[in-house]
Amino acid sequence: MRRVVVTGLGLVTPLGADVETAWANIIAGKSGAGRITRFDPSDQACTIACEVKPADHPYGFDPGKRVDHKVQRQVDPFIIYGIDAAGQALEDAGLTEMSEEQSYRAGLSIGSGIGGLPGIESESIVLHEKGPRRVSPHFVHGRLINLISGQVSIKYGLRGPNHAVVTACSTGAHAIGDAARMIAMDDADIMVAGGAEGAICPLGIAGFAQARALSTGYNDTPEKASRPYDKGRDGFVMGEGAGIVVLEEYEHAKARGAKIYAEVIGYGLSGDAYHVTAPHPEGSGAYRSMAMALKKSGLQPSDIDYINAHGTSTPLGDELEAGAVRRLFGDALKTVSMSSTKSAIGHLLGGAGAVESIFCILAMRDQIVPPTLNLENPSDGLEDFDLVPLKAKKRSVRAVLNNSFGFGGTNASLIMRKLED
Amino acid sequence: MSETAERVKKIVVEHLGVEAEKVTEEASFIDDLGADSLDIVELVMAFEEEFGVEIPDDAAEKIATVKDAISYIESHKG
Repeated sequence: MRRVVVTGLGLVTPLGADVETAWANIIAGKSGAGRITRFDPSDQACTIACEVKPADHPYGFDPGKRVDHKVQRQVDPFIIYGIDAAGQALEDAGLTEMSEEQSYRAGLSIGSGIGGLPGIESESIVLHEKGPRRVSPHFVHGRLINLISGQVSIKYGLRGPNHAVVTACSTGAHAIGDAARMIAMDDADIMVAGGAEGAICPLGIAGFAQARALSTGYNDTPEKASRPYDKGRDGFVMGEGAGIVVLEEYEHAKARGAKIYAEVIGYGLSGDAYHVTAPHPEGSGAYRSMAMALKKSGLQPSDIDYINAHGTSTPLGDELEAGAVRRLFGDALKTVSMSSTKSAIGHLLGGAGAVESIFCILAMRDQIVPPTLNLENPSDGLEDFDLVPLKAKKRSVRAVLNNSFGFGGTNASLIMRKLED
Repeated sequence: MSETAERVKKIVVEHLGVEAEKVTEEASFIDDLGADSLDIVELVMAFEEEFGVEIPDDAAEKIATVKDAISYIESHKG
């Protein structure tokens, strides 16, 4: 099987619109949460979110940097975030210019959990108030989930596999895993892979709040709301943004002298077959997903130093995932650190698995693991875990595991390792 | 420049993200201003909104330049 490595990274997050800014803020223990500014949330049960900040903010996002003015007007925020993060990753990998031959072997696998919800919402109002002849001709292709892959392929001339994943909150991890397999199976040498989300709109917040998934008890202290594993947690905080990586076949990367961040060595997938929103009560899907990735990787649990958990801060999910980790890791639980960066940037839904995979890679690069913010009183029965409460922690990080689980009972796990210098 | 022309140019600049100097009356939406057929559909909708005129599809198909748009609007607005 051909080996797959990561050679480029790109991030748009509520804590920074480039990799180094976002990571520095994560390690510093900052929170991206605040009262929603995108619309007036006064009548919502949840009035907070982790929004990507405007361009004039110290770590804001300037869409004009990589996305054409016309495209900005036509597409939903998730596509804008995705195009920018993909551009960052390609620039980082030194692959913004490719030969025609190379371009046929370069593809994309970028997804989203929900897609263009803000645009669907606003255009529905146009339809209702002004009729069908006022609906934008760009409505459909400005909202479709595969249009990050589509837009990026056009902008950078990538003519290989053009794929998009939709598996709710496990989208980003599945997108990277699927792309790695396409390279391993010799369908491509280069894959731009990841996920994006931009669903902070009245319908998105109301929908998740009605599903009883969002935090509603911390509207006055938004930075305290996302608190995975803490006794006081009451739901997730919605985030937005994108995480995109460039994956490359190992020999291809080596031959061109590319900077290699990590090797993707394990990918696991499973289904709970239990409930549309609730995780399996024994965490069996989570366990099998991690176990499959571990088997593929050829590693032992004791080789894994850091887990970026799904850990969304919902009452049910966090402990079930922890239980599955405990069963799989056994004695190796003593040596692994596990944290949830959703405590800082919220839940990026379809973007989460990709953004968090990038944090895993940076943890290996810098030999430091990011903290779980607001973890003041861990739930009973988690005493045997190092959940990296409140502050980042310097430690040896050789191999990492990223978990992402989604509505519909879909699970994905990725294992990556640092290559020896 | 007529008031209609000013308003038309403003819409074109806003929608196509082109520099105002490029939006001359002779400019072709597709050849000079980088529009595609869907951009023209969107521009026509914006003109209809702005000027309260109706531009049927067969008339819209004949609008190729900025001047075509201005002329149609000036001869049809109420």
